[in-house]
Amino acid sequence: MSLLSPHHQKFKDCFAGLTDSLIVPSASQHDAEQNTPPEFLMKLADEGVLGAFLSADCGGAGWDILTQGLLCEEVGRGSVSLLSLLAVHSMVCRVISKWGLAEQKEYWLPLLASGRAIGAFALTEPETGSDARNVKTKLTATDGGFVLNGRKRWISFGQAADVFLVFADSEQGPAAVLVERNMPGITVTPINGLLGFRAAMLAELVFQDVSLPASALVGKPGFGFSHICNTALDQGRFVIAWGSVGLAQACLDASIAYSSMRIQFGVPISEHQMIQNMLSGMIADTRAARALCQAATAVKADGDPASIVDMSIAKFFTSKVAMRAAADALQIHGANGYGNGYPVERYFRDAKALEIIEGSSQILGQLISRQVCAAEIAKRSEARYGVKSETAA
Amino acid sequence: MSDGIKGEVRSFLTERISRAKDVTDSDDLFKTALVNSMFAMQLLMFVEKNWKISVGTEDMNLDNFRSIDAITAFVNRKIAA
Repeated sequence: MSLLSPHHQKFKDCFAGLTDSLIVPSASQHDAEQNTPPEFLMKLADEGVLGAFLSADCGGAGWDILTQGLLCEEVGRGSVSLLSLLAVHSMVCRVISKWGLAEQKEYWLPLLASGRAIGAFALTEPETGSDARNVKTKLTATDGGFVLNGRKRWISFGQAADVFLVFADSEQGPAAVLVERNMPGITVTPINGLLGFRAAMLAELVFQDVSLPASALVGKPGFGFSHICNTALDQGRFVIAWGSVGLAQACLDASIAYSSMRIQFGVPISEHQMIQNMLSGMIADTRAARALCQAATAVKADGDPASIVDMSIAKFFTSKVAMRAAADALQIHGANGYGNGYPVERYFRDAKALEIIEGSSQILGQLISRQVCAAEIAKRSEARYGVKSETAA
Repeated sequence: MSDGIKGEVRSFLTERISRAKDVTDSDDLFKTALVNSMFAMQLLMFVEKNWKISVGTEDMNLDNFRSIDAITAFVNRKIAA
């Protein structure tokens, strides 16, 4: 079943070919080495993957948003670590496109589109995760610029990024700045030993008296969280929602392949009803997740404000689907799935990260519940009192 | 023109916030704690989509979004620009 037009199906087939030929063959090795080599990133850039989220006038692909989602799905099918690259890189692209100064756009967007620069999103701190308004990193105004001090942790592709979008507290409130990696006072330390996400090149960043020009500021101080950060997170949720569908599909593909060749009691295990039940659950879940992403993406393409909540719902659901699919895929593979001879153990480890990044399931659940309940109560209130037609005195 | 814009802004608020029915046109939306950061983004998209305007860094001023009156005046300025 495909809801895609022939135009979009052609793109999806093209992205699937890229994933199968470039990403899948090296995903397990990169995971084992806890690294994504620079030459591999250049290959991705050469394929136009890093320019996927930018318009053609700055050197990007100029693809519509559904095409971008299809790319995320296919990359997620191959490697969740690389999916996180798309997430953070595109978050920086989106923020600069929307809120950047003309000179920031002119300088950074062509570099980001071509992959000659990689962007990373630096919000989380050792003491601050979901409570993003309370970051401890400080941005202090000086004559003609700023000084940045603080520490960021769990920064995806922090080891490889050329520019960080850093969130800090300033005298005027939350602020966002673009920080080039090679500036004096920055220390980048790799974070290894993770459960999954091992090729995502996570890093801890320390900023010690980093001098920044005034032109490093993105947007205005005071709007760093409400507008800059939320613009980025909306983009990140879009990428992770679609990528989660891809991971669920990878789990399903692996489970179908394995269960059809694994013989037990004289027949392929796919003929056992308990296995069929797990497979059918994965099939239904994956299709529902994909349909939810497509619906939210259509709303987003229309510029509808409802897309903020819709995309959060999509990410909330699809990341859970990916986790369920990974757990079932591993179970279907039995002991074979518990070792690294099959990719499902990596899928299982990686799936957990999808429920944590770009808004944990719990934070998203809270936001979704509050928004949808408030709207529902407002609707009932309107129906009861005819509020909509009133004009307050 | 302004009445139409104001009515649409009010509808947008009342469709999403139950207590918005009690808000006057000049009430400070931020002081009443009716809005959160997700709502700020929704409001931004609403004005951009509804009146085909682009809100940029130069418009990042809370006074543009502080009340129904302020949002209406902001939209009018952007349309006229």
